[in-house]
Amino acid sequence: MQDKDNTRRKVLIGLTSAVGLSGLPFAATPFIAAWNPSAKAKAAGAPVKLDVSKMQYGQQIQVAWRKQPVFIVRHTKNSLKNLDLALPKLADPNSDEISEPYKGLYPSRSKNPEYSIMSGVCTHLGCSPKYYPELEPKPWDASWSGGFFCPCHGSMFDIVGRVFKGVPAPTNLIVPPHMFEGSILTIGEDKEL
Amino acid sequence: MSDMAIKLFSWINSRLPIVNTFERHLSKHPVPSKVNFWYLFGALAAVTLIIQVISGIWLIMPYSNTEEEAFSSIEYIMRDVDYGWVIRYIHTTGASLFFAVVYLHMFRGLLYGSYQKPKELVWIFGCTIYLAMMAEGFLGYVLPYGQMSYWGAQVIISLFGAIPYIGESLELWVRGDYYISGITVSRFFALHVVALPLVLIALVFLHLVALHEVGAGNPEGVDIEKHLDDDGVPLDSVPFFPYKVLNALVAIGVFMTVFSIIMFFFPEGGGYFIEMANFQEANPLVTPDHIAPVWYYAPFYTMLRAIPDPLGGLIVMAAAVAIFFVVPWLDRSKVASIRYKGIYSKIAITLFGVSFLTLGYLGTVGVTEVRKLMSIICTVMYFAYFLLMPIYTKYETTKEVPERL
Repeated sequence: MQDKDNTRRKVLIGLTSAVGLSGLPFAATPFIAAWNPSAKAKAAGAPVKLDVSKMQYGQQIQVAWRKQPVFIVRHTKNSLKNLDLALPKLADPNSDEISEPYKGLYPSRSKNPEYSIMSGVCTHLGCSPKYYPELEPKPWDASWSGGFFCPCHGSMFDIVGRVFKGVPAPTNLIVPPHMFEGSILTIGEDKEL
Repeated sequence: MSDMAIKLFSWINSRLPIVNTFERHLSKHPVPSKVNFWYLFGALAAVTLIIQVISGIWLIMPYSNTEEEAFSSIEYIMRDVDYGWVIRYIHTTGASLFFAVVYLHMFRGLLYGSYQKPKELVWIFGCTIYLAMMAEGFLGYVLPYGQMSYWGAQVIISLFGAIPYIGESLELWVRGDYYISGITVSRFFALHVVALPLVLIALVFLHLVALHEVGAGNPEGVDIEKHLDDDGVPLDSVPFFPYKVLNALVAIGVFMTVFSIIMFFFPEGGGYFIEMANFQEANPLVTPDHIAPVWYYAPFYTMLRAIPDPLGGLIVMAAAVAIFFVVPWLDRSKVASIRYKGIYSKIAITLFGVSFLTLGYLGTVGVTEVRKLMSIICTVMYFAYFLLMPIYTKYETTKEVPERL
């Protein structure tokens, strides 16, 4: 009799606890989810669209996506041909060290051979490198063949954002997801990815 | 009149255990009769906590937790609020001195074996307080939204990113935005002023309750419970009130003097208490040339930098704090106090102190090849103190501990 009562009590305690505990994840959900980026933050971090057909050949522009600078370069035929000049100086010419979204697609590292799209945040400490497309000797490199130079700590990148050997920056500039619809470039979203 | 007062008091006392609690925890609570200055830092830490709570409440009033106004509201406190600068500098000086007294308090614990049986839980609650303090200090440092707030938080939050698989989404979840924005600042504000203070106060309560249960230690490591008088009170003890309270009041007076000198004359602490870069507003597009943590995190930051891999660095840094929790089980010595331990323990704790201070110095300066090597050596020394403790405390010859204090 006594044993039977105890079993019943244990089962009831077990069931009550299980029902009670199963409520825990439900109760926790709103508190955890409230820390996700809000709709407003997502809207502010939404993809950026712009028409790049008005860009001059060789021109570089900077747009802000998620409050971080993104560089867009429209290459001239020559600057693409000159890509090979800097090849021996590059630390990671094929972007093997980072996860590259459009690896091996075009030399421009983007979805369009004519344009390069890359994050304007130096991979060293987050400064913004400056664009020097000229093929001429520079104070930081006597055989400069065009590219980006970071004024903070002297990191060098070629014209498509690939990092040089022996500079503080550890990796190539990051290529954000992007897509072209005609001449409309969307940064931050790629429906094919 | 006094009859009325006595009646009122006894009416309350029969409903609330005032006299009982006062006797149990103060006027009849026995503490060792002979201790040294190392035993004062616990009281000083309690005082600093109270200072932080009060100055913190007054800072909440004029502070604004939005991206646009956070930085300027700090300037508003400094320039436009009457005595606002005093209240802010009380809080920043208090933060640094809180860590200073807690580090000394912890070192006392290591010196005199304040973690040994039966004080394990007192020690563990203490370690948890330290962990909560580190989080509290970090969150508070982000609130002014200055350059070092932003970039310091950038480095710390990107540590979450080093965790495999979930790292990147965890980072986004912690920030609530794609960069450290007003959203991040306001959630850190809520944690800094409500959540963690509640946790800290609860932990301090547990720390003290557990301490009063097992009794305070002494620098000799003598168990005063062994020799009791006829009433069961340890012979080598005095009541906490008034003896230790008055004693602590003098220490508090000295501490307040030091506090005031720093607060009025060196509030930035030469860039160690408030870093120069934090007098500029946060700019997500420009990194300061030299990112350094506040001095009290510097030893752990050095360990992070010494390891080339971010995940490895994170693990080493976390282990450096976590290892404190298991010290009660690493020390196999028969004696508690360093005074009666053997030569190996004495060498070990000296090397530990040296490595901790060196790591702290290295964390505040830039990296060079030599310094990187030094960081690695000091990190090894730091861990060796703990990991070799079961061996050197077990096999060394200890001195005989006296019966009486």
